[in-house]
Amino acid sequence: MLKKRDDFEDILEERRNSSDLRYALKCYTPVLYKQLTPCTASDLKNMVLCSTQVHFVIAQVSKETGAAPEEVQAEASSILEEMAHRLQLGPIRFFAFVLCKVFKTLFRSVCVNEEGIQRLQQSIHEHPVVLLPSHRSYMDFLLMSYILYTYDLALPVIAAGMDFMGMKILGEMLRMSGAFFIRRSFGGDKLYWAVFSEYVRTMLKTGFAPVEFFLEGTRSRTSKSLTPKLGLLNIVMEPFLKGEVFDVALVPVSISYERILEESLYARELLGVPKPKESTSGLFKARKVLSENYGSIHVYFGQPVSVRSLAEGRVQRGQFNLIPRHIPRRPSEDVQGFVNDSAYQLLRAQEENMVLKPWVLLSSLLLRGGGMMMEELSEGAVWLRELCRQYGAFLHWPETRFNFKQSPDALTLNTGAQKGAGLTAEEELLSQAVIILSCASYRNQALHVFVRPALLATALQAAGSAHKQDVFNTFNFLRNMFANEFILCPGAAVQDFEEACFLLMKTGVVLMEQEEVLVTENGHRTITFLTSILDPFLQGYQVVCRFLCEASTESLTEAQFVPAVRTFIVRLLLSGLSFKHFSCFQTHSHCVCVCVCVCVCCRATKIL
Amino acid sequence: MTICIPLGVPVPHFGNLGAKSFTNNLSGHFCTQHYESPCLSFNRHEVMKWNGWGYSDSRFLFNKKGQAEFTGKRYKLSGMILPALKDWFEGTFGASLQHKSPATPLLNTSAVQAPTLNQDFVEELKSIGVPFSHEAEDRAFRGHGHCLHEIFALREGKIGRVPDMVVWPNCHNDVEKIVALACKHNVCLIPYGGGTSVSSALECPPEETRSIVSLDTSQMNRILWIDEKNLTAHVEAGIIGQDLERLLNESGYCTGHEPDSMEFSSLGGWVSTRASGMKKNIYGNIEDLVVHIKMVTPQGVIEKSCQGPRMSTGPDIHHFILGSEGTLGVVTEVTMKIRPVPEYQKYGSVVFPNFEQGVACLREVAKQRCAPASIRLMDNEQFMFGHALKPQVSSIFTSFLDGLKKFYITKFKGFDPSRLCVATLLFEGNREKVLQHEKQVYDIAAKFGGLAAGEDNGQRGYMLTFVIAYLRDLGMDYYVIAESFETSVPWDRVLDVCRNVKARVVRECKDKGVQFSPLSSCRVTQTYDAGACVYFYFAFNYRGLSDPVHVYEQVEHAAREEILANGGSLSHHHGVGKLRKEWMRETVSEVGVGMLQSVKDYVDPKNIFGNRNLL
Repeated sequence: MLKKRDDFEDILEERRNSSDLRYALKCYTPVLYKQLTPCTASDLKNMVLCSTQVHFVIAQVSKETGAAPEEVQAEASSILEEMAHRLQLGPIRFFAFVLCKVFKTLFRSVCVNEEGIQRLQQSIHEHPVVLLPSHRSYMDFLLMSYILYTYDLALPVIAAGMDFMGMKILGEMLRMSGAFFIRRSFGGDKLYWAVFSEYVRTMLKTGFAPVEFFLEGTRSRTSKSLTPKLGLLNIVMEPFLKGEVFDVALVPVSISYERILEESLYARELLGVPKPKESTSGLFKARKVLSENYGSIHVYFGQPVSVRSLAEGRVQRGQFNLIPRHIPRRPSEDVQGFVNDSAYQLLRAQEENMVLKPWVLLSSLLLRGGGMMMEELSEGAVWLRELCRQYGAFLHWPETRFNFKQSPDALTLNTGAQKGAGLTAEEELLSQAVIILSCASYRNQALHVFVRPALLATALQAAGSAHKQDVFNTFNFLRNMFANEFILCPGAAVQDFEEACFLLMKTGVVLMEQEEVLVTENGHRTITFLTSILDPFLQGYQVVCRFLCEASTESLTEAQFVPAVRTFIVRLLLSGLSFKHFSCFQTHSHCVCVCVCVCVCCRATKIL
Repeated sequence: MTICIPLGVPVPHFGNLGAKSFTNNLSGHFCTQHYESPCLSFNRHEVMKWNGWGYSDSRFLFNKKGQAEFTGKRYKLSGMILPALKDWFEGTFGASLQHKSPATPLLNTSAVQAPTLNQDFVEELKSIGVPFSHEAEDRAFRGHGHCLHEIFALREGKIGRVPDMVVWPNCHNDVEKIVALACKHNVCLIPYGGGTSVSSALECPPEETRSIVSLDTSQMNRILWIDEKNLTAHVEAGIIGQDLERLLNESGYCTGHEPDSMEFSSLGGWVSTRASGMKKNIYGNIEDLVVHIKMVTPQGVIEKSCQGPRMSTGPDIHHFILGSEGTLGVVTEVTMKIRPVPEYQKYGSVVFPNFEQGVACLREVAKQRCAPASIRLMDNEQFMFGHALKPQVSSIFTSFLDGLKKFYITKFKGFDPSRLCVATLLFEGNREKVLQHEKQVYDIAAKFGGLAAGEDNGQRGYMLTFVIAYLRDLGMDYYVIAESFETSVPWDRVLDVCRNVKARVVRECKDKGVQFSPLSSCRVTQTYDAGACVYFYFAFNYRGLSDPVHVYEQVEHAAREEILANGGSLSHHHGVGKLRKEWMRETVSEVGVGMLQSVKDYVDPKNIFGNRNLL
C-alpha cells in the first residue's frame, strides 16, 4: 500500500544562501485565473454591497426590524468594512522579509512538494481555488502565504478569526496581506451571514484570489485532526452547485511540524489554563521561542479535488432551478450530507499526506507506559516504522542511523521534566501532565494511520467472539462512540471495517476463515500495540462516564462541565487511583466533552 | 424511381401555381435568380443529397489549390472562394486536408432491408388511388432526419430500419382515407414533412414489427385561400417554408416565420414540433401564428369550430397538437396569420468587448421590449468562425477598410480579439420606424460598450445560419464531426449555462479520449421577457477514435445533463423526438407525462402513429 508521493524541496536552503531583501523585493507575477475579471479589493466590496443577495437580505431585515433600509445598508457596509481584507503587495513583501529571518532562526528546513505547487498553479489558472490547510499553529497561514509568494503563486485571501483583528498594527498588517476577519459566532444574524457569505463567494467567483480557510475551524490543540466545520465549505461549494462557476478546486494542504511552536501552551490549555489573548505585545513577549529549535516543517500540497466530480451523482443541481438563486435558503438535506461527506474526505486527504517524523513513533511506544531500555526502544521503533509503512503512512526517516538525542522534541521533554520541583502536589501533577500531554500530541499525529486497525484490534478483544458479524458490531459500536474523536467518515462503517481487515490481513495479523476473524500467532504484538493506541481514549471516556454517574448530581452547563470533569480527574489521580498513564485525562477533557456533551448530557438533562 | 399510380388518378402536379421566379426581397440568403421546381415533391432526393444537408449542387469543398469554395448557384455565397476557411479549419480542429474521410458516394439499395408489406393495406390503398412507392431509395430517404448519428451512418452506407413504403396523399381527404386504412389493417404510420428533424423523430423504432408507412405530406402544398380582411391564410400543411413565403410574397404578404431550416422544413413539421422563427420578435413563434389547425387522428378529425382569435374553452386543444411530434395524427391544414410584406429591412451588427457585456445588452433590450425582428449574440469562437467565412475581397480598398476597422476596434478601443463578440441585428418595418428603432438599440448597446460594426457583418452572420449545415458535411469529409443543440433559459442563468455547457463539452471530449481540442461555441438567438434561447455548436476531430459516434453521443448527453442542471430547458424548438425522451419525466413531472399519455391512449389506442416520439 505504498502510495506514490512527491519529493520535497527545502525552500529555506536558497534563503540561507542569497539576499532576503532581494527576495522580498523580487518581481512577483503570479499565474491568474483565466476568466479573472480584474478588480481591486475595494471593487470587491462594492460588488458585494450591490449584489442581489445582500440587497434581498437588507430588504428583509429592514422589513422585520422596522429599520430604514439605508440604516441596514450602512450596517452591512460597516460589517464588510470590519471584515474585508486589503490585499496589497507592500505588506506582503515586508512579511516575506521578516518571515525569512524568523523561519531561518526557528526551523532547520521548510520542505514543500514542488509537484504539488505545479498542480496548484494549473488549478489556479483553470478554476477558482480553495486552499484547505491543516491547522496546528498560528504559523500556518503565514507559512502558506510565504510559500505561495516564494513560488510566485497567487496569494490567498484567508478567513481568520476576529481575535487577530484586536492585535494592534499587526491586525491591520494581516489584513493587508490578505486576511479577512470573521466573527466566531453570529448565530441568527442574517445580515452578517449574507454579507460574509456573499463576500467569500464573490472572491471565489471572480477568481480574485484563492480562498483559504481551515476546515477544522480552529487550531487543533492535540495534533489530531478535528471534526470539520461546515459553514465555509458550504459557502465555497455553493457557486458550483448553483451553476455560477464550472468547477471549484479544493486543495488539501498538509502542514506537518516537527515541533509545534505552541506545544506547551496547548498542553496547559488542555489542563484548563486559559488561552492567552492574541495581542501584539503578547507576540512580542513570545519572542523567546526564537531561541529554540523547532526542527523542520513539511508542507504537502495535495491533489486538487474537483467539487464537480465530488458532486457527480450525489447532488441534484436542478434543485436550485425553481427559486431565484439570490434568495438565501437552508441547504437541502442532500446538500448537507454531501458537504459533510466531502469535508471528511478532504480531512482524510489532509491526514494522509501528513509527514510523520521518528519522534512520533517513539512517543507512541513510550506512552505505553513503564520504563524502556534504549535498545528496546530503538528495536521497537524499527518494528513500528515497518508497520507504519505497510499501513501507508508518510514517513520521514533520516538516512543515517537515528539518534534521538538530537531530536529537538526529546529535549523539550527533558527540560519540562526538570521544572517540577518545589510545587504543590497538584501543581506537580499538572506539570507532569504537561509533559505527557505534549508527548501524546506527538503520538496523535500518527493516529490516522492506526485508527481503523486499532478499532478492529480492540473490537477483536472486546467482541468475545471471532465471528465476523460480532466483530463488526463491536467495531461499529466503537466507531460510533469515537465518531467525534477521529476522522471517520459518517456512514462509511463497512468501508472502514473492510479497510481495517485488509490492513491486518496484509500484515499477517489476522486470518479470515469462514466468517471468522482469527488472530495469528505472530499477530499478537501488533494487536497489543494497536489496542494500546486506543486505550487512553477508552479510559478517558470511562472517566467521564464515571464522573457522570458518581460526581455530577445536578445538571451542568457546557461551560461548567469541562472544568468539573477536569477537577474530578485531578481528584482521582491525587487519591492514588492511578491510571496506567496520565494521558487518559488529557486529550479528553477537550475532546470528550464534544462527544459527551452532545450525546450523554442531552439525554441527562432530559432525564433530570 | 417508379411510383405506383393507380389508374384513374391524376398525376400529382409538380410546380403548382406556375411560380417560376423566386424574388424574396426579405431574405437575401437565397438566390434571386431562376428557381427550379418550387415543390420538393416525389423526386425530392434527386435535387437533394441523400446523405447530407440540402441541395446536391451546393456543397463546400477544398479545391485543388487548397482553397475552400461553395459550389452551385443557389446562395449568395455560391461560387465564392473563402480564403480564410482552410487555416481556420486546420487550426481549430487540428485537421488536415491530407486526411480525408469521404462518404459512400451512392446509396447501395441492396443494403436496404426488403419491405414488410401489409398486402391488404396495399390493395385497399391502390383502390383509393393514393400514390405510393416501396422503392429502396424512397424509403431510405424518409427513414432519417439530420442528427449527426443518422448522417454519419448514411455516409458509411449503413441503413437501419426504414419505412416499408411511402404514400403521397394529395389532400386532407386522402389523409383521412389513409389513416382509416391504417387503423383497419393495423399499419404503423409516420408522418413525414421536410425531413429536417434533429431529434431522431423520423427514425423507425427498430422494435416495430408492423409494416411502417411513411406518410409524405409534400403533395399537400397549396395555399387554399387568403383572407385579407382578417389577414389569415389557409394552407395545406405539407408546404415547405420557402415556398409558403414566396407564394405569399406574390400577393404582398408574408408569415414572417423563418426558422433556420425554412428552405426545407414544412408547415406541418413546425406545428408538430413547436417551431420558432428567427423573426419571432415581430411575428411570434408558431403557436402565436396559428389560428386554426386541422389534424387527422385515428379517432377522427380534430379542429375548432371557428376562427376566433382567442377562446376560453378549457385547455386549448391546439396545444395537444402543437409539439405532438407525429404521435397523435397528421396535421393537414393550418390557418395562419399573415402580414403585409414590410417595406424596409436593414441588417446591423454590434461588437462587444466580451460576451458578458453582450448578454447584458440583450437583457436590457428585452427589458425595454425593443428587440428588433432578430437579435443574436455570437460568442468569440463563432465570431472567429464567421470571419473564416469571409469571401475573397475583390478590391484593395475593401481589404484596407477591413484592416482599418480591425485596428480601430482592437487597438484604439482596446477590445481583446480573443474575447470580443458580436451581435447581429435585423430590423424590419417602415423606413422611418426602422431607423428610429435602430438608433434606440444602438444607444442601448453603447451603454454596454458595444460599437456598431456595420451591415455586412450582420448579414454575414445570418448567412452563416443557412450554410452551417452544409459546413458540417465538409467537416465530415475530413474527420470532423459536429452537432448543434439548443435550450431556453431564464436571463439570470444565461451566462452560467453558456459557460458551463461549453466547458463541459471540452471536458467530456478530453475525458472520452478525443485527441484534439474541440470547438465548443454558443450564441444567444432569441430574447424573451423572462429569458433567452441559447444555441450551442460543438465539433471535434475524431481521428484516432474507434467509435466516434458513440463518443459524440456521450458528449451530447453530458451537455444536455449540464443544461438541465443549470436550469435550462430540454428544448426550445427542436423538440424531444426519441433523442431526448429519457428526460421527459423530470422535465414535465410524472403527472405531466401521465396527462400526455392519457391523451395518446384516447386518441390513438392502437398506436397507429407509432414513431414513439416524446413519451
